[in-house]
Amino acid sequence: MLEIKGLKVKLEEEDKQILKGVDLTVETGKVHAIMGPNGSGKSTLSYVLSGRDGYEVTGGTATMDGVDLLALEPEERAAAGLFLAFQYPVEIPGVGNMTFLRTAVNAQRKARGEAELSAGDFLKVVRERAKALKIDADMLKRPVNVGFSGGEKKRNEILQMAMLEPRMCILDETDSGLDVDAMKLVADGVNALRAEGRSFLVITHYQRLLDHITPDVVHIMADGRIIRTGGPDLALEVEKNGYADILAETA
Amino acid sequence: MADIEVKDGVDDETVAAVARLSGKYKYGWNTEIETEFAPLGVNPDIVRLISAKNEEPEWMTEWRLSAFARWEKMTEPTWAMVDYPQIDFQSIYYYARPKSMLVKPKSLDDVDPKLLATYKRLGIPLKEQAILAGVEMPEEERRVAVDAVFDSVSVGTTFREELKKAGVIFCSISEAIREYPELVRKYLGSVVPATDNFYATLNSAVFSDGSFVYVPPGVRCPMELSTYFRINAENTGQFERTLIIADKGSYVSYLEGCTAPKRDTAQLHAAVVEIILEEDAEVKYSTVQNWYPGDEEGKGGIYNFVTKRADCRGDRSKVSWTQVETGSAITWKYPSCILRGDDTQGEFYSIAIANNMQQADTGTKMVHLGKRTKSRIVSKGISAGKAQNTYRGLVSMHPKAKDSRNYTQCDSLLIGDKCGAHTVPYIEVRNNSSRVEHEATTSKVDDDQLFYCRSRGMDEEEAVALVVNGFCREVLQELPMEFAMEAQQLVAISLEGSVG
Repeated sequence: MLEIKGLKVKLEEEDKQILKGVDLTVETGKVHAIMGPNGSGKSTLSYVLSGRDGYEVTGGTATMDGVDLLALEPEERAAAGLFLAFQYPVEIPGVGNMTFLRTAVNAQRKARGEAELSAGDFLKVVRERAKALKIDADMLKRPVNVGFSGGEKKRNEILQMAMLEPRMCILDETDSGLDVDAMKLVADGVNALRAEGRSFLVITHYQRLLDHITPDVVHIMADGRIIRTGGPDLALEVEKNGYADILAETA
Repeated sequence: MADIEVKDGVDDETVAAVARLSGKYKYGWNTEIETEFAPLGVNPDIVRLISAKNEEPEWMTEWRLSAFARWEKMTEPTWAMVDYPQIDFQSIYYYARPKSMLVKPKSLDDVDPKLLATYKRLGIPLKEQAILAGVEMPEEERRVAVDAVFDSVSVGTTFREELKKAGVIFCSISEAIREYPELVRKYLGSVVPATDNFYATLNSAVFSDGSFVYVPPGVRCPMELSTYFRINAENTGQFERTLIIADKGSYVSYLEGCTAPKRDTAQLHAAVVEIILEEDAEVKYSTVQNWYPGDEEGKGGIYNFVTKRADCRGDRSKVSWTQVETGSAITWKYPSCILRGDDTQGEFYSIAIANNMQQADTGTKMVHLGKRTKSRIVSKGISAGKAQNTYRGLVSMHPKAKDSRNYTQCDSLLIGDKCGAHTVPYIEVRNNSSRVEHEATTSKVDDDQLFYCRSRGMDEEEAVALVVNGFCREVLQELPMEFAMEAQQLVAISLEGSVG
């Protein structure tokens, strides 16, 4: 599904290398987790994959099913089935959550040459999927993320994911700022979306999210590189001993 | 981009599709029609000629001539933050009428098919039928009566008979001058005097047509009324005059739309709108102004100099102006409320979008004269490209306007770094029991917001349109539903090419 080879990225504004050669392959239907200390380049990886401005790719490739992701505009990557759940979802005043969702869904359908969903059909699907995430009618009407609590914002990201039905989902620190109950709700939402044809890349600082979303593969990232790869046990090791031991090993 | 010429038999959908592909201004095509012009320029003979064309009574001709005499002594105002080449008022046609309108059509069935086709293409229904596909509402509420003004003349007015049954008079102003001279004579110029300002005075001398509305006491007008202005002839000014009288306890909602073909030379539009509200009357006046804005380099476009004023004469009357200003090369427009009666209310909701080389200087005047009067101003200015957008507003509390209130909110949004937004509020308070609040913000379209939208699949223009529509929400929701949808699309269209 997702294949990253030797990816090197620096900040556009300053001469600072963030990713120093990342190699990563996420197979179809698998859940990979990336863990790592702050400043290791985890979030940068998610932004570069989804096409945010401000980064310069200085080497390597990133493809999704053989398609060169880095050559596509952000909206083309989305239409191709890539989705990023933001660490800090953005507020858009005056734009109803429902309007936003419908515009997004129909934009992607249009890009793929599919017919737009009618208002009625759309409403039915949204209500059903929102209910599972305990998102009520009021939250659907309110402006996108404006005045949402941390938990509401993250649930809203998962709702967008559920509506857009991407094939490759990147979750950037989705657990940050959530209490245990909110995290469980979000994890349940993600688990409900786990499917044969859908892959996940779960970026997290702490192991606790992985108690709820069990990964197939765990990677440790540090200083712009993947330094270790293992099974779910690797996450537990980090939980127990911190990153220091692993960092020391590779140093 | 060249004008798209429409040959007979080309179906409207094809034309619309081509217009969409060629992007930007959707209404820039021209109707090939034989037109009769008055001689170039303006002088007392031209004023008399316009008056004669409209078969006006002597008092009307005299009124015009005295306005003209006054105008000759006036100079163009220069205080607005707009910059444009000197207008040569003697090189403009002041009257243009399709030849087929020489004999006034008896009914819409007799109107020149070319004119009917023009309005059909603009999406303006001139048939008395339920309209506006896609909007679901009860059958009765779906009707909109239309007065269609083409260059200097009114082509026709729909639903007249039905409105007449309710006692509502809705016709062209030229007809009202002939048919209801007492009403016109009593109210014309009573809100915007013929001596008011340079453009209003010129309008008083040379206005050729426009709309007239009278709603009798206690009547709630059974449908929306609207006027659709189309400038077609080249090098021609449009000077229309609208007079709305809402008698005691009546209600009317009035909509106005405007478009013009793409031309390389700028064209002048100087209109006057007067609204009179008696006791307990309520008027809602909405405008979607989409005159041709000129091209990316600022060539052509409409110079839009408009005086609009409502006089809340009767106690407890209420007027609301809502405007969506997306077109015109120059916009100079300040719809105002004179809150004369006690407990009267004035509202002004505005969206002004200026893209490319457009310049807009627009706002309102709230003049509080009566006790416990209230006004509310919500202005949303959006600048993109190299455009300049100015909010200019006056809130004036007179000594007798005890316990009055005003709330003003001016928000500006910038797209790109070559445009400008300016806010010029004038506040005069001459009593100590009134309260005036003013809030202003300026922001830029946020890159994070655009990236968020794009990462969900919207292209850049869709993303900008969505964010800007959100910014305008408070104003858009004041529009009648059928206009709100149109206005949202218009916001998107007028910002095409503003990013990237």
